[in-house]
Amino acid sequence: MSTPEATAEPTLPPQGAAILETNQLTKQFGGLTAVDGVSFRVPERSIVSIIGPNGAGKTTFFNMLTGLYKPTLGSVIFDGRNVTTKRPDQITALGVARTFQNIRLFGTMSAVENVLVGQHARMKATVFGSILRTPRVRREEREAQDKAREVLAYVGVDRRRHDDAATYLSYGDQRRVEIARALASSPKLLLLDEPTAGMNPQESERLTGFMRKLRDERDLAILLIEHDMKVVMGVSEQVTVLDHGEKIAEGEPTKVRSDPKVVEAYLGKQG
Amino acid sequence: MSTLATRARTFRPPTRIGRFSTNAILTIAVIVVAAILPFFYDSGSGFMNDATVALIYVVMALGLNIVVGFAGLLDLGYVAFFAIGAYTMGWFGSSFFSTANIHIGVAEQLQSQPGIHLNWLIVVVVAAIFAAFMGALLGFPTLRLRGDYIAIVTLAFGEIIGRIAVNSDEGVFGIGTFNLTNGRSGITPVDKIDIPLVDRFTTLNLRPWYWTALAFALVVLFVNFRLRDSRIGRAWVAIREDEVAAISMGIPTVRVKLLAYAMGAAMGGMAGTFLGSFYNTVNADQFEFSFSIFVLAMIILGGLGSIWGVVLGAVVLSFINTNLIPDVLNDVPSKIGLDFDLTELGFGIFGFLLVIMMVLRPQGLIPEKRHQVELTEGLEGGEHETIVESRI
Repeated sequence: MSTPEATAEPTLPPQGAAILETNQLTKQFGGLTAVDGVSFRVPERSIVSIIGPNGAGKTTFFNMLTGLYKPTLGSVIFDGRNVTTKRPDQITALGVARTFQNIRLFGTMSAVENVLVGQHARMKATVFGSILRTPRVRREEREAQDKAREVLAYVGVDRRRHDDAATYLSYGDQRRVEIARALASSPKLLLLDEPTAGMNPQESERLTGFMRKLRDERDLAILLIEHDMKVVMGVSEQVTVLDHGEKIAEGEPTKVRSDPKVVEAYLGKQG
Repeated sequence: MSTLATRARTFRPPTRIGRFSTNAILTIAVIVVAAILPFFYDSGSGFMNDATVALIYVVMALGLNIVVGFAGLLDLGYVAFFAIGAYTMGWFGSSFFSTANIHIGVAEQLQSQPGIHLNWLIVVVVAAIFAAFMGALLGFPTLRLRGDYIAIVTLAFGEIIGRIAVNSDEGVFGIGTFNLTNGRSGITPVDKIDIPLVDRFTTLNLRPWYWTALAFALVVLFVNFRLRDSRIGRAWVAIREDEVAAISMGIPTVRVKLLAYAMGAAMGGMAGTFLGSFYNTVNADQFEFSFSIFVLAMIILGGLGSIWGVVLGAVVLSFINTNLIPDVLNDVPSKIGLDFDLTELGFGIFGFLLVIMMVLRPQGLIPEKRHQVELTEGLEGGEHETIVESRI
């Protein structure tokens, strides 16, 4: 990927090293430009939100960050490395984990197994090692199991539910298992796609607290797509607003909220 | 269905009797019975023949189960790997290439014969590697496809190998005049399996064949269990369930899928070498599309993804095919005044059995837990949109 000109002026003064940076990231589907030249950065150990009306290109943007979509233009730099053309599994191995807007657990696998899958990239067992079940493989498997249960407990899934098939878990537990699965890959950056969708205000508030706890205890940065403004304003240090694929505003939550362009995008032109 | 659902809800550890789980006790019992079975039958009997073939079908079915049952890649061209294994046996264990004169690890009486004669143990390894390579090769064009489209590509692959087998008696792909397969006449005779320290393998003494097949099946069974319960087995299930989620969780889907194809193919190829030697001929007529369906029917009947189910399905269908229909029930139609043999209806009967099975017990004889969850919950792979832009 050729390096695009960094013409977009940073609206935010650089604060600490960036864990993730995009330059002029663009995605076109045929004639439709879903994401149009978005440059932005996520500082280490911060919580950043992306908001915008439906169809603004938020999820497309996410999918480019995680490698599911190949950007038409622009680049993605993660942890100092250009990951623009890397495969999703390689990007996960480097330290990006995500959840999905509509929960995508492996329904017939137990909660623990789901979390074990999340650890795939961190495990080393080969085909022959697995067949022979060498002491190293055995130890690795045991440690992975322990870690899976620990992470599940950490996100608040009851012990009695750990061996249940994911499809039988309650909605809240499914959301939690999905976060646990993402955490199991030991990410440096966690992408959450509308994690509070379908939650009541109390649950949303608990999740907000949990995100802060994650950032502080697990040393990771969180990038959030969210519709619930209470969550966004409460938890984010920085908010980026997308509309029609373009970045229309960026900054601290309070400033963004009063930005006339943002108000217009959400409520239509006033007067 | 509600009882089924509650049973499948949690994956509980197996029940235990003393130090051993009931599963372990059952497993040992099955192995012991299978091992002493030859002592109750004449060593050259038809039953021994059928039982040996059944065990090799177990190997084939377990191999296909990795591709279809674990990884969820519908493979309709599995016969290709039987063919590849069988021809490997034919090439490296007969007088077919009579200008060559290579003998490695074979008995005295073969030393004087022309052709390439390698010990079966060597041929098996060669066939496994060759078939695994071909399996991965087949995997490549299917990587960007899913479901029905994979089925069509694999079906075509099986047919291509079948056509090559028929037509390569004078040049391959019409190029040159080299006789690779001897077409429908086939390669015959094929060397008998010869394992050091084991009794002679002859057509009259089937016991060594049977025990070799049993050992072979047990090794493959063991490999299946170990793979299923490993990081790799989980990865296969994950891509079967939701490929996008799987790749986003760090599973290199390309590598994992190709691995499934290669493992399945290697097992099919190894089983092929055995059958080539056992039937004493390798000819193009053995490699029909119906063979792929036959093996697929075994794993569906037994329970997709369920290892013991697949073993049972393979044994049952194999015996119906080699014993029940031709020997026991064959003249039933003529007895009731109908003018045909039941063998003519072989595949009709299998089809009928499958339909009955799908209506009464769609999860198979011994269902796999996951599959049961899927059926009770109406979950199905591929309900999500595909959003991976392939980057091979």
